[in-house]
Amino acid sequence: MAAGVATWLPFARAAAVGWLPLAKQNMPKPPVDKKTRSDEMLFVNVSGLRFQTWKNTLDRYPDTLLGSSEKEFFYNEDTQEYFFDRDPEMFRHILNFYRTGKLHYPRHECIQAFDEELAFFGIVPEIIGDCCMEEYRDRKKENQERLAEDTEAEMATDTPLPPNSTSRERLWRAFENPHTSTMALVFYYVTGFFIAVSVIANIVETVPCRPPKGSKKDLPCGEKYSLAFFCMDTACVLIFTFEYLMRLFAAPSRCKFMRSVMSVIDVVAIMPYYIGLVMPENEDVSGAFVTLRVFRVFRIFKFSRHSQGLRILGYTLKSCASELGFLLFSLTMAIIIFATVMFYAEKGTKGTNFTSIPAAFWYTIVTMTTLGYGDMVPNTIAGKIFGSICSLSGVLVIALPVPVIVSNFSRIYHQNQRADKMRAQQKVRLARIRLAKKGTTNAFLQYKEDGGLQICDGDSTAVCLKNRSSFEHQHHHLLHCLEKTTNHEFTDEMTYSEMCMTESVGYRTSRSTSLSSQQGVSTSCCPRRAKRRAIRLANSTVSVSRGSVQELDTLQVQKSSAGPQSRSSLNARTEELKLNCEDRDFTAAIISIPTPPANTPDESLPSSPAIPGILRNSRSSTYTHETVKISSL
Amino acid sequence: MNIQGMELFAIGVVVILFVAVLKQFGILEPMSLEDSSDSDLELSTVRHQPEGLDQLQAQTKFTKKELQSLYRGFKNECPSGLVDEDTFKNIYSQFFPQGDATTYAHFLFNAFDLDRNGSIRFEDFVIGLSVLLRGTVTEKLNWAFNLYDINKDGYITKEEMLLIMKSIYDMMGRYTYPSLRDEAPSEHVEKFFQKMDRNRDGVVTIEEFIETCQKDENIMSSMQLFENVI
Repeated sequence: MAAGVATWLPFARAAAVGWLPLAKQNMPKPPVDKKTRSDEMLFVNVSGLRFQTWKNTLDRYPDTLLGSSEKEFFYNEDTQEYFFDRDPEMFRHILNFYRTGKLHYPRHECIQAFDEELAFFGIVPEIIGDCCMEEYRDRKKENQERLAEDTEAEMATDTPLPPNSTSRERLWRAFENPHTSTMALVFYYVTGFFIAVSVIANIVETVPCRPPKGSKKDLPCGEKYSLAFFCMDTACVLIFTFEYLMRLFAAPSRCKFMRSVMSVIDVVAIMPYYIGLVMPENEDVSGAFVTLRVFRVFRIFKFSRHSQGLRILGYTLKSCASELGFLLFSLTMAIIIFATVMFYAEKGTKGTNFTSIPAAFWYTIVTMTTLGYGDMVPNTIAGKIFGSICSLSGVLVIALPVPVIVSNFSRIYHQNQRADKMRAQQKVRLARIRLAKKGTTNAFLQYKEDGGLQICDGDSTAVCLKNRSSFEHQHHHLLHCLEKTTNHEFTDEMTYSEMCMTESVGYRTSRSTSLSSQQGVSTSCCPRRAKRRAIRLANSTVSVSRGSVQELDTLQVQKSSAGPQSRSSLNARTEELKLNCEDRDFTAAIISIPTPPANTPDESLPSSPAIPGILRNSRSSTYTHETVKISSL
Repeated sequence: MNIQGMELFAIGVVVILFVAVLKQFGILEPMSLEDSSDSDLELSTVRHQPEGLDQLQAQTKFTKKELQSLYRGFKNECPSGLVDEDTFKNIYSQFFPQGDATTYAHFLFNAFDLDRNGSIRFEDFVIGLSVLLRGTVTEKLNWAFNLYDINKDGYITKEEMLLIMKSIYDMMGRYTYPSLRDEAPSEHVEKFFQKMDRNRDGVVTIEEFIETCQKDENIMSSMQLFENVI
């Protein structure tokens, strides 16, 4: 029930006295109200701004934060007030809601901030009053559209392909986003070039060239150099056909592709040529053939794949369909009216151009659009009067829908601009996030290297602490706990990739403990290579690292386990190996190096857990089931 | 001059346009009526101020704090200080969502609107409440009699009682258990009259009413029911 009703409830109850003499049965006992009925004032302190209100006011809406006992969590005993660490400006509106029963939306505030405040105070946005509801809805829709666009843009174009995409998917991606690969870009420019060539050829072949010897008449170039033009046309059509077929092959949904506008344009552009090939050189039919040539001009629309502005124009026209329809309808009405009037006005004149009403249509159109060719003019006075009215009204009727179309275009154009800006901004933002993450990881690794994991005592505390905030301390402790839990350790990208190298190298060495540097350089980093090598070495079950452990030096990274020793020592050793790992997009790699069972060197232990870079179940016996995972922060 | 049909028509159109343009300029105002300007003024709604706090305190049995609290609630809901019948019906109907409370609200409104001017002021409101919540049993019974006596002539006739009863049963709505029969209100009225109408003259006077109610234990005990509403 609304707040106001709550105020009247005592009155309604009191009025129930009127039923008492009529009652057939006994009345039930009234509920006992234990709380004191006296009105008390509450103080609400929102970030320093103190608000005072009656308790009753807040109690009007018991399902919100302020109306329920939830506000007791925010009660400050010392100052005897409720303290909220929120925006005081926004709180004003929220408190007004309690007071007046209507929630208003402040127009100058950000819609998201407002929504958050509402969510915090437990108020449903649907109760915004009618006065502000429309504005709120519009802003909210705009915001959501913007967010949806951003996520779409983020996910759609520039994300790198998943590694397991088929050639078909890659092809499609190349067609849709030419800037992703060089080949696609080349193809993009080539097709653009050929479209231009084709269009220019179409134009030029109608220009009159100098006639060949022995003839007076000017010949259009198309007939003079017919072979050359034919060859050019053939080449263009071949390219277009090839492109269309490739697109058709690569399209994820062929039906949908075939129905799309661009594909229709493609087909229409190349059809005339094939039809021309097929059709015989018949006199009657070639007339139709000439008509078909007109369709060649549709090739120019293929440019819309290359030009975004053209696409925007197309969208605009589509979105303004209703306005355009209105324009057309009103124009038609006016044309018919004025044509009729003009025809009857000019009917009496001898030798008039206004031979029929449809003939008068031409005059009306030319006049209303203020063209005024002058091929048809009224002679009578009435005709002139109506003609002038016609031209005046023409200006009005045409001018009306134009601003709507223009504003639509401007909106779409700006949206497009914004999308581009967003994309650029996203890149920067992502880069910054990556950098921050890296920073955190590096800090942790640095911390470990400095021996911070040991319990610092006494005089070494100064060295250990090293300007770290309490947040960092706790964060590092947390990461350390995770390490202990999983029995693996964090390390950084470079180390990890090096491990890959030496891991592949180390496999080869199998029983021998010497690292021969003649192991070829593996050109790709761990997972795939490791898999293949793993398969190959399914039978060799020697733990490589143990061998390496025995031989290689130990760098103290972590005193407790011997695992890291192998890692860091491998670091030292693998410098000469050319690291040619592919660029993996992980920000930090967690390499698993569980403590190798150094105490019990057992040949029968098949899977050496101390294979760097591979996080795997230490109980797995063979490498064949590829549980190779790279987890990244 | 030989003016042909079309030209006549054309000249007619021109004249009409001319007149329209002149009207726009305000030069020509052939048929505008003079009283149109007055209707543009909209008088602001009447605001009613209640009597002073002390006077109200003297008239009712509420404490100062209670009056203050009541007025705050009242003023919040009705900033103009007056409750008209439609608003009253709206408010009262919200408490009985299943049935139709408008008829009973109408009777109730008349019971509160002491000076019968079509709107309840704060004084009416608070005086009524004072009787209902803090008044003596006799005063309450008087109030109830006043409610039932629609034309305020001092007698409750069967027709009046039937109307009241019907309006009360209307508030129940359709979905009741056991389902409401159409004869229920009239049966209830009969029972009421049997109990109240001592001299069987077909009307119930105030004395009969009070006397009968005072003799009824149930009614007397239930009168205390709503004492602590505020």
